[in-house]
Amino acid sequence: MNAPSASQPLWQRLGESRPVKISLLLLFLILTLSLAGPYVSPHHFAATDFDGRFIRPTVDGFHFFGTDDLGRDLFTRTLLGVRVTLLVAVVASLVSLGIGVLYGATAGLIGGKVDALMMRAVDALYALPFVFFVILLMTVFERNFWLIFIAIGAINWLDMARIVRGETISLKHRAFVDAARLSGLSAARILWRHITPNLLGVVLVYVTLTIPQAILVESFLSFLGLGVQEPQTSLGALVNNGVGYMEHAPWVLIVPAAVLAVILFCFNFLGDGLRDLTDPKNSAQ
Amino acid sequence: MTSLSRYTLNRIAGAIPTLFVVIAAAFFIVHAAPGGPFDEERRLPPDIERNIERAYHLDETTAEQFWHYLRGLASGDLGPSYRYRDYTVGELIAGALPLSLWLGAMAMLLALIVGVGAGTLAALRHNTFIDRAVSAVAMVGISVPIFVLAPLMVLIFAVFLNWLPASWTGTAGPLRLVMPVIALALPQIAYIARLTRASMIQVLGSDFVRTARAQGLSTVTIVRVHALKPAMLPLLSYMGPAIASVLTGSVVVESVFGIPGIGQFFVRGALNRDYTLVLGITILVAVLVITLNLLVDLLYGFLDPRIRRR
Amino acid sequence: MSQIPSPASFLRGRLLSLCLLWLIALLGCSEGPTSDSSYTMLQRGNGDEPESLDMHKTRSTEAGDVQRDLGEGLIGYTPAGELVPAAAESWQLSADGLQYDFSLREDARWSNGEPVTAHDFVYSFRRLVDPDTAAVYVQSVEQIVNAADIVAGNLPIDALGVEAMDAHTLRIRLQQAVPYFLDLLTHPSMFPLHRASVQVHGAAHARPGNLVSNGAYRLTAWEVGSYIELERNEFFHDAANVAIDQVRHHVTSEPMAELNRFRAGELHTTRTIPPAAFQQMRQDRPHEVRVSPALGVYFFGFNMTKSPFANAPTLRRALSMALDRETIVEKIIGRGEAPAYGWVPYGTPNYEPRRYDWAEWESEARYQRARELYREAGYGPDNPLQAELRYNTSDTHQKVALAAQSMWREVLGADITLINEEFQVLLANVMQKEVTQIVRLNWNGDYNDAQTFLGTLESTNPSNFTGYNSDEFDTLMQKAATRNDPDVRKVFLEEAERVMLEDYPLIPIYFFVNKSMVSEQVRGWGDNILNYHYSQHLSLDGKQGVSDL
Repeated sequence: MNAPSASQPLWQRLGESRPVKISLLLLFLILTLSLAGPYVSPHHFAATDFDGRFIRPTVDGFHFFGTDDLGRDLFTRTLLGVRVTLLVAVVASLVSLGIGVLYGATAGLIGGKVDALMMRAVDALYALPFVFFVILLMTVFERNFWLIFIAIGAINWLDMARIVRGETISLKHRAFVDAARLSGLSAARILWRHITPNLLGVVLVYVTLTIPQAILVESFLSFLGLGVQEPQTSLGALVNNGVGYMEHAPWVLIVPAAVLAVILFCFNFLGDGLRDLTDPKNSAQ
Repeated sequence: MTSLSRYTLNRIAGAIPTLFVVIAAAFFIVHAAPGGPFDEERRLPPDIERNIERAYHLDETTAEQFWHYLRGLASGDLGPSYRYRDYTVGELIAGALPLSLWLGAMAMLLALIVGVGAGTLAALRHNTFIDRAVSAVAMVGISVPIFVLAPLMVLIFAVFLNWLPASWTGTAGPLRLVMPVIALALPQIAYIARLTRASMIQVLGSDFVRTARAQGLSTVTIVRVHALKPAMLPLLSYMGPAIASVLTGSVVVESVFGIPGIGQFFVRGALNRDYTLVLGITILVAVLVITLNLLVDLLYGFLDPRIRRR
Repeated sequence: MSQIPSPASFLRGRLLSLCLLWLIALLGCSEGPTSDSSYTMLQRGNGDEPESLDMHKTRSTEAGDVQRDLGEGLIGYTPAGELVPAAAESWQLSADGLQYDFSLREDARWSNGEPVTAHDFVYSFRRLVDPDTAAVYVQSVEQIVNAADIVAGNLPIDALGVEAMDAHTLRIRLQQAVPYFLDLLTHPSMFPLHRASVQVHGAAHARPGNLVSNGAYRLTAWEVGSYIELERNEFFHDAANVAIDQVRHHVTSEPMAELNRFRAGELHTTRTIPPAAFQQMRQDRPHEVRVSPALGVYFFGFNMTKSPFANAPTLRRALSMALDRETIVEKIIGRGEAPAYGWVPYGTPNYEPRRYDWAEWESEARYQRARELYREAGYGPDNPLQAELRYNTSDTHQKVALAAQSMWREVLGADITLINEEFQVLLANVMQKEVTQIVRLNWNGDYNDAQTFLGTLESTNPSNFTGYNSDEFDTLMQKAATRNDPDVRKVFLEEAERVMLEDYPLIPIYFFVNKSMVSEQVRGWGDNILNYHYSQHLSLDGKQGVSDL
């Protein structure tokens, strides 16, 4: 009846799963490259070359990923975009984890009127016109990189809150929780030892779903002109720019899209692996 | 049953203040944004501007306008559209909604069938090649944005192969539905498959499933009788808002395929500061979200009998 | 879990029935083929949804193109862009240039068969200036006697200087001579209105079933967000020469999607050609790419009221000279646009555009001079200019801004920050002139005269984006406005442009072109500076046009 907890700390067991290992390695590699790359690359991310537009990927002149419609080096720009995109991913998942899990678990545990009120507030936030919200943020406050994260975080935690609340309510009535309650455990201890570990699976998977969502919201904001300012860039903005050239300069689209896909795959397998490792039932299998 | 219907009635009563909060907040947010519905590069001469503002009540204070709007709303009038000047917001929404609902419902149904199927398959074959393959395909659905996918589909299937029409008006037959429905469904398939897989794995590992298996029940029976319902719970929470967003269309899908749906009205309305149109759609979304979330919560009770209601 | 049998058996039962249901629903949605091939049908990509079809509530080109198919003014244009009698057969201008007498054609009919009379024009013009109509485009009647006072609410609408002398004679009196007045009469806001139907249906009069029109076509369907469908008006006086039976103006707000619809054979003509695909189209389908000069200029405006650009003509000039317009035009836009070294586009009638004297210089000489001016203005490597360039959301604007940023950095060492804003926010900022420094904008003339361009720089003009305020310029414009002799007027306008250019309140970058894909099946498409293409002038070659799949 007891949900067994892990005998070893999580980070020590990470190495047990090959997908997790590979994902972590790849993410680490991409992150390092994106941090170091712009210093190593001979090209500045904003340097234009109007005679060197649409160069195919080549080692000549160190345009490993080719150049775009303004002759800017795509290798450098992709690495720059990775930074922004990873930042968006991390911030969005933290916000979604922090606010969403706390809010959802609280509503689910307390229940009754408080739950009803909290959930009606979420309903209301879902319906508010998001585009205006962002436009207003941008105009009322000085234009700022972090506002974009706040805007993305503000919509991302809603789904998480609903999912966590639903799960909490369902867990609250499970036999093992009833048993724990009968055996005199405190509410906080029940939350920590029984509810949280059982929530973790769905939460982790949902975080991995939140990340691509956040990245796509960021590119939608770029599309509306409310995202990262050029010549700064993000992977979403690079992909968006590449769409127009999918026929005659496909690398302008494929390169950032492929890097984006690799990053999302890594997060996905990382989430799956973590889910398995933290599954309270896992050790019994 | 009486407690359930009282619960439902309470929720419906609770929806009215929620809706009011949404309308009020949206109204002031929309009006606070810089610019106005008649602002263009070519400025209006002052006299003309004054006439237009009077005709559309834009010369009143925001509070007065809000009062005006609420009064109209009470009699079911969503006001005239500022951008589509020959129509009222009610007419525009009534014109676009059936198509959006239809397309959205088809896309959601497709996403549910494929998503739940694939997710269950992956869970049953946990940590095998099939599992990884389903995950990978699902990730492609998530990581390739619609604004890449939709034009790519048009290029391949309409321009190069000429199998399908490039737009809604390219043909009158059912072929015109294929690409828009798939484009709308694809990201949802991915989300649903991932969520189903995660919770299915958890449920399949739980005590009662193991007990059932020990009793020698077949997998099919276990999944159908024991696992499917509880595994749907996290998915349900996701489905409320997801259905609302799919039903109200996608501006990208609609503008790529030339579909006269709700989604483009919303984004274009926002960019053109068509206050009444944006508010009308906001109310529509709010009603949808509230209704669907209520349905989801009711379904929760049905799928998980352990949840007792007061 | 390896002992578990195939999960397929589970999926089979319930899922299969759901799949079937879905397929049935998919097929059930079809309307079946509706095409009847006895018609000639023209499919036009029209860009954004027209804001209205009420002649008095529109000013967009998208609405105008549909309205010109539906209605007919006193004067029209040929496919080549020359004025031609339309609802009016002939006209006389008084010696002082202040009074026009139009003789209307007797055979003009509304789409319900009733005759079009001078009273219909009077009714329409009065409705246009009526404050209660809240018309958006009144510039076309501005110069008619008493128009401004009626719009301002100071005079009743029947005080307007428009009179029906008899059923087929219309008199229009002007406050002052307007050399381009006949061009103004081609604007849809000057089309006649069918009084009875407007009065019965009010705001809903411009819908299918309600709209009574006097042009070559009548309105048969309007799917908002999808298309507007017109059918030939059997009562039109020139119906015998209208070749196309049915026209659909499709909403195509996404240029790339529009182009793909054209390539898939679903459209005969497009509103535009996206820059990203232009070179490829020119290679693949050279005969279907149509490009011609347009009446518009793309420019960066300075905020003339705030530091660092107020009272800094030297700096403004340096920035202007440092921009390599040829590269922008050839490499970044690349659709045949002309680099702009002046404000009024080429091809404006009765006008010789002024140009910067350095327009012909070698680029190195230009840059050299720009650097000197930049230093003269007090900037240099240790003290670079720091400024913001604002542009609204669009691929093209972003690319031009990025190119300008890098040119200014390379030539002058200036440090320019780009700020992308949503269009309405940008407009609000431009009008307030508080935060703006350099702003990307464009100006499109709506009639073919230099006045429509130069007027925006008068200090009192509501569309004065830069805050340019020059007594000398204003005086010259005043003088031009009051001269009836076109040759004298021309001299003043040209001098005004020269004065303005010397003050550098803005950086003209390029003159627009009209660009459309036009199927080889389409006949009669003329290139003209206004980009007007009446469907009544077009015909489709031989067979049924666009494939109906």
